[in-house]
Amino acid sequence: MGINYIYPEFEVIRDTTRCIACRVCERQCANEVHRYDEDLGMMTADDSKCVDCHRCVSLCPTRALHIEKSRHTFRENANWTGDKITEIYRQASTGGVLLSSMGNPQNIPVYWDKMLINASQVTNPPIDPLREPMETKTTLGAKPRTIQRDQDGKIIDNRSPRLTLNTPIMFSAMSYGSISYNAHASLARAARELGIYYNTGEGGLHKDFYEYGPNTIVQVASGRFGVHKEYLETAAAIEIKMGQGAKPGIGGHLPGAKIVGDVSATRMIPEGSDAISPAPHHDIYSIEDLRQLVFSLKEATEYKKPIIVKIAAVHNIAAIASGIARSGADMIAIDGFRGGTGAAPTRIRDNVGIPIELALASVDTRLREEGIRGDVSLLAAGSIRCASDVVKAIALGADACYIGTGALIALGCHVCRTCHTGKCNWGIATQRPDLVKRLNPDIGSQRLVNLVRAWDHEIKEMMGGMGINSIEALRGNRLMLRGIGLTQKELDILGIMHAGE
Amino acid sequence: MKKVYVNEEWCLGCHLCEYNCAFANSGLSDMAKLKGKTITPNIRVEEGDKICFAVNCRHCDDPICVKSCIAGALSKSPDGVVEINKDKCVGCFTCVLVCPFGCVRPDEQGVISKCELCTKNAVGEPNCVKGCPNHAIVYEER
Repeated sequence: MGINYIYPEFEVIRDTTRCIACRVCERQCANEVHRYDEDLGMMTADDSKCVDCHRCVSLCPTRALHIEKSRHTFRENANWTGDKITEIYRQASTGGVLLSSMGNPQNIPVYWDKMLINASQVTNPPIDPLREPMETKTTLGAKPRTIQRDQDGKIIDNRSPRLTLNTPIMFSAMSYGSISYNAHASLARAARELGIYYNTGEGGLHKDFYEYGPNTIVQVASGRFGVHKEYLETAAAIEIKMGQGAKPGIGGHLPGAKIVGDVSATRMIPEGSDAISPAPHHDIYSIEDLRQLVFSLKEATEYKKPIIVKIAAVHNIAAIASGIARSGADMIAIDGFRGGTGAAPTRIRDNVGIPIELALASVDTRLREEGIRGDVSLLAAGSIRCASDVVKAIALGADACYIGTGALIALGCHVCRTCHTGKCNWGIATQRPDLVKRLNPDIGSQRLVNLVRAWDHEIKEMMGGMGINSIEALRGNRLMLRGIGLTQKELDILGIMHAGE
Repeated sequence: MKKVYVNEEWCLGCHLCEYNCAFANSGLSDMAKLKGKTITPNIRVEEGDKICFAVNCRHCDDPICVKSCIAGALSKSPDGVVEINKDKCVGCFTCVLVCPFGCVRPDEQGVISKCELCTKNAVGEPNCVKGCPNHAIVYEER
């Protein structure tokens, strides 16, 4: 393998008239791109190591740096694109499966961007959220089928366990191990301040975060890492992870190198051992088996906690969700194929699963048709990027949305998609102590709080425009959406009309 | 009084504070004009094996540098800031020797230079605090 076929993807462009050689870029780059050359008396860069994470760009005090996509090119070919050729070079030299991080970056339709929101004019006046009450508070869980009254005619509280959110947004499952201690601390603190929930992912719950239990959703995944009685009892809800949008049908693998110190203790596995989550739960091969786990967890927590079942959006999603709704679960979380990950095989991430918009619409329709929509709440996940995505998801039938990548971006993530290297320069997807400390949870939690508050304001603005003053009145209200540039089949699945209709 | 403190838990050792300090006290209009200059900041990052933190003048209640100054150039202001009158400094550097924190240094002109909490430059508030990317350096009452 004498020849290196791969030319650097990015070029570090340094304005030498502005660079004062303070060496901040050199100290801050975990990929060791920058170097001070004593002989030349100036900074130099090794472009081949750059992942385009912008840490140096953001910290350069004189704004002397920026990163450009390499102009180096292959002969143009619509079929054999540069990416495809480079991937073959990479595999031919390593013989390995290609790994990627974050969500699917391929140019596959984003249906959020092909739906438009309604607004009131004349006959049904819009509402100004700054002057009139506006409700985004959301309750998640099974709705009672009947109202029961006692002998005096008073309503008996027959509601099942539930979650109450001040805003219909939660932080999605990201494990301690895949993200850092400080990233978890930021999410936990922000969830508490916002009156929403964050999710531990499958890596267990660090003992320091038990105090955030009332705002914590704990996950029980196929590897069962970190699951014990106190873990379940501390949480506000328990999520059974059947699948993940970024990698439907496969499990997880956190390399032994990352199973150090507290990560090992929290996962309850020896230091240095690989944390392998099997593709299936080895005790679940049917809806009946799932029902057993749902009720085992309910039994273990004395029927006080709602149970969420998280699945990846795949082809038969409506039928699968129908089965889950009958398994006794209180909520179904659907993770679309653009959902993020700390590491997944590239082919799986880019080719397996379906968009959340279509999955959500078909599940909501199916559950309504079967008269069981009230038995479960629907949580939409898999690249909810802004407040209008939340509004559209809720109008399609979601009860609330999970945001993962969006939350990480608020923490400083620049979506460079190299989480799997463990050298996150922003202190998020890493366990290296010198990198982890770059994320100060005082700053991180405040940025998350700001983000969700901003979205809440925007959601209220859009609801007000539609003349709706309660998020309940928006839920499943597909008349508030119109498609643009969609085929009749796509409109039928989304259950919306085309713009102009 | 409000002083500059460093939370070493969050100090990244990026040395940005040193450049922000040098720039604030340089009177230059653009930090890029520091190019080619050797800076003598009043805050310095101390680095060990696995620890790093920035150190600047502690503005001691009973400052030994003021006591030891033979020219009356160092004084404690009514606000508690240990100030240097460079016109009076004779460059004996006794203060440099006695400061237990190593926070008084000779400058390029042969007199001494020390942190005055950016009260005498155009920034008006400690520039090291303003520019710290991880809120490791804070300016607060303790």
